[in-house]
Amino acid sequence: MASNAPPANVNIAGLSREIYKGLPTTLCAGCGHNSITNHLIKALYDYGVQPHLLAKMSGIGCSSKTPAYFVERAHGFNGVHGRMPSIATGAKLANRELMILGISGDGDTASIGLGQYCHLIRRNLDCTYIVEDNGCYGLTKGQFSATADLGSVLKKGQKNEFEMIDVCGLAIELGATFVARSFSGDGKQLVPLLEAAFAHRGTAVLDVISPCVTFNDHEGSTKSYAYVKEHDVALQSPDFIRTGAEIVVDYEPGTVQDIELEDGSHILLRKIDREYDATDRIGALRTVHETRDRGELVTGLLYVNTHATDLVARERLVQTPLARLGEDDLRISRDDWAKLMALA
Amino acid sequence: MIARATNDLTIRVATVNGSGSQSSNLVLTNAIFRLGIPVAPKNVFPSNIEGLPTWFDVRLSPQGYQCRSREVDILVALNATTWHNDVPGVKPGGVIVHEASYPLSGPTKRDDVTYYAVPFAELVKAHVEQGAMRKYLVNMIYVGVLTELLGIDIALVEDAMRAQFRGKAAAVVSNMDAVRAGVEYARTHLEKRDGYRLEPMTGKTDGLMFMDGNRAAALGALMGGCTVAAWYPITPSSSLCESFIQLCERYRVDPQTNQRKFAVIQAEDELAAIGMVFGATWAGARAMTSTSGPGLSLMAEFAGLGYFAELPGVIFDVQRAGPSTGLPTRTMQADLAFVHTLSHGDTKHIVLLPGTVRESYEFSMAAFDLADRFQTPVFVLSDLDLGMNLWLTPPLEYPERGFDRGKVLSAEDLDRVGSWGRYRDVDRDGIAYRTLPGTPHVNAGFFTRGSGHDEDARYTESPEVWQRTLDRLARKYETARAAVPAPVVEQAGHAVAILAFGTTHHAVVEARASLRENGIETDYLRVRALPLSPEIAAFIGRHERVYVVEQNRDGQLFGILRAELPTHLIARLRSVRHYNGVPIDASAVADPILAAEQTPAVIAE
Repeated sequence: MASNAPPANVNIAGLSREIYKGLPTTLCAGCGHNSITNHLIKALYDYGVQPHLLAKMSGIGCSSKTPAYFVERAHGFNGVHGRMPSIATGAKLANRELMILGISGDGDTASIGLGQYCHLIRRNLDCTYIVEDNGCYGLTKGQFSATADLGSVLKKGQKNEFEMIDVCGLAIELGATFVARSFSGDGKQLVPLLEAAFAHRGTAVLDVISPCVTFNDHEGSTKSYAYVKEHDVALQSPDFIRTGAEIVVDYEPGTVQDIELEDGSHILLRKIDREYDATDRIGALRTVHETRDRGELVTGLLYVNTHATDLVARERLVQTPLARLGEDDLRISRDDWAKLMALA
Repeated sequence: MIARATNDLTIRVATVNGSGSQSSNLVLTNAIFRLGIPVAPKNVFPSNIEGLPTWFDVRLSPQGYQCRSREVDILVALNATTWHNDVPGVKPGGVIVHEASYPLSGPTKRDDVTYYAVPFAELVKAHVEQGAMRKYLVNMIYVGVLTELLGIDIALVEDAMRAQFRGKAAAVVSNMDAVRAGVEYARTHLEKRDGYRLEPMTGKTDGLMFMDGNRAAALGALMGGCTVAAWYPITPSSSLCESFIQLCERYRVDPQTNQRKFAVIQAEDELAAIGMVFGATWAGARAMTSTSGPGLSLMAEFAGLGYFAELPGVIFDVQRAGPSTGLPTRTMQADLAFVHTLSHGDTKHIVLLPGTVRESYEFSMAAFDLADRFQTPVFVLSDLDLGMNLWLTPPLEYPERGFDRGKVLSAEDLDRVGSWGRYRDVDRDGIAYRTLPGTPHVNAGFFTRGSGHDEDARYTESPEVWQRTLDRLARKYETARAAVPAPVVEQAGHAVAILAFGTTHHAVVEARASLRENGIETDYLRVRALPLSPEIAAFIGRHERVYVVEQNRDGQLFGILRAELPTHLIARLRSVRHYNGVPIDASAVADPILAAEQTPAVIAE
């Protein structure tokens, strides 16, 4: 094992951490999204993602700007507001070898993009879908979004009168195969969850609470740093074990849930809530509802199903990416053509 | 009063939607075709699955005219609810074959037509066993009655029946029994009192076959290398994607592995459908969606992204009558102006305008090449008349040229060129080079966005760069002017000309002949794409008066011409418009031109 280990300054793909960085951020200093970007850089580096196979997809909004701030070498697509899922779906169908990483926000996902979000999950497109969730619209100066909690207060005092849309609860309801919630300030939890999401074959949703320091980080906001830290109830403490690596941790029986992911890697969930089973869909839904009713912000791997069929498999696509097929693969023969014309 | 005609007449069959009349209508059409008579069927149907009235016109024309005819020679009346309206629509001297129980009184009692009463309901009871098939077979009885009245060889009907129910021997037998019941009834109970006859013809239909434009467009997508299709069902475009699915399942599934060389996604809406198209083309596949007016409205947002971020994509718009939901099952050419600049901001799209089934196929295939070459959405505008009706067409030709994938840099190319930028206009034609995600090269990546970007695809708000980008896109559009299908011109130095596009063509062909009979010779130019070819201005410059004929209220092509032409040419244009949702006929073209030419002083516009 040790003799095969890569040199200390490069990852399993033989690349340095520098390769995973991007342009300097143009978001506000202290923005939660910048922390998420840094955790993403670590996770992409640790997982050993090949930059040329990474497709960074986003919609519109502060969150959707962030794909420019990591893995500069990769192709990126900053699409239209709320429509990233459809672009991601087309890209994956065209080239099944791409690793689709979608970055969205709470407005982009839960308001203008709610329809596409639902249908992305329904189709189980193999992708990682991150909601950088701050409960407000940053670029248009702080209006509420649909994930803002009932009763949460804006900077200028307006109170949110509407029920929130819980993107995790909704995802589980719709049959999502990987649903996690985390906090931009908790890299220890988020990085292993991200790597597990990369490893999962299907739609992996990560709702990452990411405070907006400029418009939604004050007293009365339920998406502020202080509020999140105070109400965060973690289900587990996760570890990601890459494919082929040895699981060396010792643990008492019943204290860890070990889930093997589709690429042979594992996520070890050291249970904080002893009773929680991340493969129990109904239990996950119940937990999402009960914790919300108690005013808690539940984080961790809420639900995972490693036995579902993803879209590429369901469409039975050939191994060669469709994008690389040429005339000989795609046109019918002259004989078949002649028969077709005779029949018509 | 008796009208006399041989092989030159229109038969209208009035039935109830969902009664299975489509099979009978097609058998009749194909039997007539087997006589060698050029025939043009047109389905005028309701937005409904069962119960509302539907009409099927079969036009027989020795000259091969394929447009609708306004005149009905023979009415087959099998719908009691439209009986009162259908009868007055028959031309004087015409024929009405009707269910015997329909009353003849008031508007339905005419003394200038020949009536043939047939007890269809009784006949079907006597000849077809009680069951689900009975309501369908009643329509086959009318085929038998017409077979006898018009003198069609029943062997040709049987031949057409076998083609209709290919591989279903039992259906052929039961349907032919119904036809024979009709023949038998007509022979024993009806005395031929009208002047319509059919005679076999030669040389007019040799080598032709029936196909609808949507099927032809699907064949173009198949042979054009489309691998990803995303769509949302909408009349009248649904059969385009459905044909594509059928063709792909037949020809693009590996029989050993069951793996597919295509993906078709029925999207949640048209927003998602076109989004999937651009995602797929961005990643290097050829992709399309098909839709109609309401879907197109939803696609406006993505059309702008495709134009500005320079993404290939093929969008078929099978036009129906709008605005809004409009008339989903009726035809118009009223999306032209909207599609031309679809999106907010300064936008101009490439639009292909097929007028025939063959062009539906060829332009479909060409659209994928143009989309890749120009890295932009390409719209193919047909209409319900072309897309959903059957037309006589020569067989479609196997493509002799390979795909044109346009300016795509591979890893080897990147090694060779050294520095590159996604939006640099290296060749001065407005078209930049792109790379595909997945290209194994450290310099391959770039950032695609609908926001302001510079030549190296970096975000910028620079006024100079913004204007430069808009100018380059305009330059690219100019380059496309010479690459899109050229107009078709028929000219002999006449002072008067007609200009049209799409299915209006077929009415113009007949209108020109009828104008000639009235002493007005015309030249003709058919526009086949936007941007407009420079040939069009030259053509207008050679004529004193040019009638722009189109199927919309506002004269949309007329408007585009006025915006682009030099002022001295604009005064030569006249606008002729037809917009009732029914396919345009020759008199809708000829009558206004005749009136204007005979009294030139009162021409407006």
